[in-house]
Amino acid sequence: MLKTVSFITENFGKYDPKSIDSYLSIGGFTAVKRALTMSSNEIIDMAKAASIKGRGGAAYDTGRKWSQAASVPGLNKVVICNADEGEPCTFKDRAIIENDPFRLLEGMIIAGYTVGAQNGYIYLREEYSHLRPLLINAIAESKAKGFLGQNILGSGFSFEIHLYSGAGAYVCGEGSTLIESIEGKSGRPRIKPPFIKECGLFQLPTLVNNVETLAIAAAALTHGIDDYIAFGTEKSPGSKIISLAGNVKKPGTYEIPFGLTIREIIYDIGGGITDDNELKFFQLGGASGSIGPASIVDTPYTYEDLGKVGLTVGSGGVLVVDDRTRVIDFVKSIQDFFIHESCGKCTPCREGNRQILRIVDRFVDGAQNPRDLETAERFAHIMSNCAFCGLGETAQSTLLSAIKYFPEEFEVKGGKLE
Amino acid sequence: MKNVKIIIDNKDLVVPEGTTILEAAKKVNINIPHLCYHPDQAIKANCRLCVVEVAGSKKLTPACSSFVFEGMEIRTNTKKVRDMQTGVLELILANHDQNCLQCLRNGTCELQDLCRRFNISKTNLEDTVEALPLDDTNPSLVRDSSKCVKCNRCVEACQKTQEVHVLTHSHRSVHYNITPAYEMPLEDTLCVFCGQCAAVCPTGAIVEKDETQKVWDAIYDPRKHVIVQVAPAVRVALGDSFNLPKGDIVTGKMVAALRRLGIEQVFDTNFTADLTILEEANELIKRITEGGTLPLITSCSPGWVNFIEGRYDHLLDHLSTCKSPQQMFGSLSKTYYADLIGLDPKDIFTVSIMPCTAKKYEAQRPEFEKDGVRDVDVALTTRELARMIQASGIEFTDLEEDQFDNPFGIGTGAGAIFGASGGVTEAALRTAYEVITGKGLPNLNFLQVRGLEGIKEATIDLDGLELKVAVAQGLSNAKVLLKQIQNGTSPYAFIEIMGCPGGCIGGGGQPIKSTLEVKAKRMKALYKIDADLPLRKSHKNPDIIKLYDEYLGAPLGEKSHELLHTHYHSRNKKYDFSSLKK
Repeated sequence: MLKTVSFITENFGKYDPKSIDSYLSIGGFTAVKRALTMSSNEIIDMAKAASIKGRGGAAYDTGRKWSQAASVPGLNKVVICNADEGEPCTFKDRAIIENDPFRLLEGMIIAGYTVGAQNGYIYLREEYSHLRPLLINAIAESKAKGFLGQNILGSGFSFEIHLYSGAGAYVCGEGSTLIESIEGKSGRPRIKPPFIKECGLFQLPTLVNNVETLAIAAAALTHGIDDYIAFGTEKSPGSKIISLAGNVKKPGTYEIPFGLTIREIIYDIGGGITDDNELKFFQLGGASGSIGPASIVDTPYTYEDLGKVGLTVGSGGVLVVDDRTRVIDFVKSIQDFFIHESCGKCTPCREGNRQILRIVDRFVDGAQNPRDLETAERFAHIMSNCAFCGLGETAQSTLLSAIKYFPEEFEVKGGKLE
Repeated sequence: MKNVKIIIDNKDLVVPEGTTILEAAKKVNINIPHLCYHPDQAIKANCRLCVVEVAGSKKLTPACSSFVFEGMEIRTNTKKVRDMQTGVLELILANHDQNCLQCLRNGTCELQDLCRRFNISKTNLEDTVEALPLDDTNPSLVRDSSKCVKCNRCVEACQKTQEVHVLTHSHRSVHYNITPAYEMPLEDTLCVFCGQCAAVCPTGAIVEKDETQKVWDAIYDPRKHVIVQVAPAVRVALGDSFNLPKGDIVTGKMVAALRRLGIEQVFDTNFTADLTILEEANELIKRITEGGTLPLITSCSPGWVNFIEGRYDHLLDHLSTCKSPQQMFGSLSKTYYADLIGLDPKDIFTVSIMPCTAKKYEAQRPEFEKDGVRDVDVALTTRELARMIQASGIEFTDLEEDQFDNPFGIGTGAGAIFGASGGVTEAALRTAYEVITGKGLPNLNFLQVRGLEGIKEATIDLDGLELKVAVAQGLSNAKVLLKQIQNGTSPYAFIEIMGCPGGCIGGGGQPIKSTLEVKAKRMKALYKIDADLPLRKSHKNPDIIKLYDEYLGAPLGEKSHELLHTHYHSRNKKYDFSSLKK
């Protein structure tokens, strides 16, 4: 039985992403044309009805976000497409840009029209610089055909899209940090308030949306939302692009309806574990997500069911780890990642990571002190409670969930870890 | 503004909308722990010590950056709050040099205070400190990154208050550091050594270069005749170090304490401030009447002189050639005074007590030395003097008042107000008016140039000659006036610039916690000293008149030129990257 669906990804492979004519030949820009005949409120209502949750990781309701952005006063507003896809084991935004760049532009134009923005910025992660020519071409061709620029399709609405590349910092995926980066400053999060919806890029009211979120908006406007909410469950309607990777036979991006179990994702879609090894645990939503043991593999992949077992959809990453890996080695790789990516601004993240790395290193070597586990746990909680931004708040999700599900791997056995 | 009702720790309270939780808590006598918050600076929210619980919010809330709202219920002392705050403090301490006994900020350190408050001594954390090398090669400041808590107060002082743009942050995560670009030592940058960074540092990460031992050595050396001069702004700030009320005038006790330390003669820089006015007012008159470069800009603030030499060296002709009061004193101490008491200049050890870290740099400039004898041997900050007094076991608050010695013991009110921004201008106007018009000045108080405003201006009628003057305090304000000169739009004949906000009373060498509120009190105290003095015009100082009669001749004369005037250099260094390739 085919478990994947094709709604957000319906255009993948159907047209030449380098050509707007090719896109138009499959009905491209239907969404923009339709949106321009609607009022801002109608589009917001539609987004709310589809209950599209933000796909960058925070899962904020898109309709609500757009509604707030639209109601902020201001003649000059900005829409930012967050294409800084930095979570490890997350590559679905790359798939969208590679296969369907025009739909992303449609999503941005619609968002701009809905909230009353004049300018859009795509913040593309540095590692995706190979996708720059594709986007530059898509923007230029869209402008040449009148889908961007002054008075789009005679609607009176004008909108430009600008492309910016990051410099490789993970933290720039956080909305206010991304804005600092576009402004040419070092990537560190801003204090809120003021909120970026009121005072964001260049002090202007700013809406930041993830690539997939914008693509869904365009797809929903193309087909209407009924086709979309037919997928999924009551509380998690629709579909989601996941990035499946790790010890799995068929890694890749897949669009799935919400409600499949993680087992179905790993075994039916992913073809099972590499070399038919045993599943040990999986991590959802990138390095900032918790890990789940094999015992909860039958949890349905929905916002509500994952929440019950302490997991999140996050960025849509599904990392599969088999029984060849020691939990502590996995924790160490995540800790190394956050040591590299913390911006250093706030005490809990900078100093917490510094101290926890020392402890994790001792565990890796089997040389931990009797109170190390307690200390690591304590400071992991301090980080999640006190850090300045989401990076520090979630950096220890892996460690805390590893201690919760695999306490035996943190025990001293004969002075050495097994 | 709208008021909102809130509850903090079961205490009902009404505060204006837009108040932060931290400020609101202060009003009910609760001091929420903090390190990055500073009352005169922007909100930073990076130390995360001020987290509190707000009803209805699962997350903890940073008190410094969160604004109150109607009905807000705040708890600042729950178990969770204290556990979290203790943990954050432990994290800071674990990467902080804990050798408090060898730290200049021992006793005035905000981190130390908090550790005492939270009863933290030894934690489970491994406390190997990861830090950059010590930066102590310049004459004024020592930066010790092993004590830095990365609060960014100094960065704001350097970048926003002063717009000197030397201190910044580099790298990220565990390599995140506060440093000049490319981790260069301050000596190799265009740092002006104003010390505003040290004045706001919560710990001992940036401190004045301590030179107290040199003074002790001189005092104990029987061959040395040790004399001291004390700047006007020190007497209204020194009391802070002895828990006296802010802005207390402690001139008499200060003189008494210096004598007890073993200083042979205690002189007043107010005297050479008066002398500076005589020279500078005449320089102004000369430039106006003979068509010299205008506006004339004051040169008594060494941080400011470093700034113009570094960043606006094309405007150096505007700078008054007068030495600062410190250096006029220094030069007279090794000439006029040496002759007077019949000592070899090399046996006289001249110490200045200054509110300023840049004075150390100034004292060490190569031009202020003659035949191997330095004009000023050591410049101490107010903080260093306080430490010497404390070290001697002197009960400062109970001292009987004493008086300055002659011949440099009389200072007028004009000299006293040098310590406040606008004071030099007011003093110069009092003298210039009477010299130019030959008439007595009807009102001595030039209120337009007083106060803590960044830029002040006034137009003075000198018997038909209209004189426009401006006063800037802090280097970011100085820039505004310099840009006008650059654009040819400066309407002024005279500009006073003080490198530090508030002038010398807010100098980088003053006792810690010189907030705006404290500066205002010090300023008021200086104007009180002025108002209470019988002599308030520099040119009426009898010892100044005597000095010109017996030794100098006339202002701007040959002897004055030799002893009281100087010249400036560009210090516009090109960064040398070769030294970085280590």
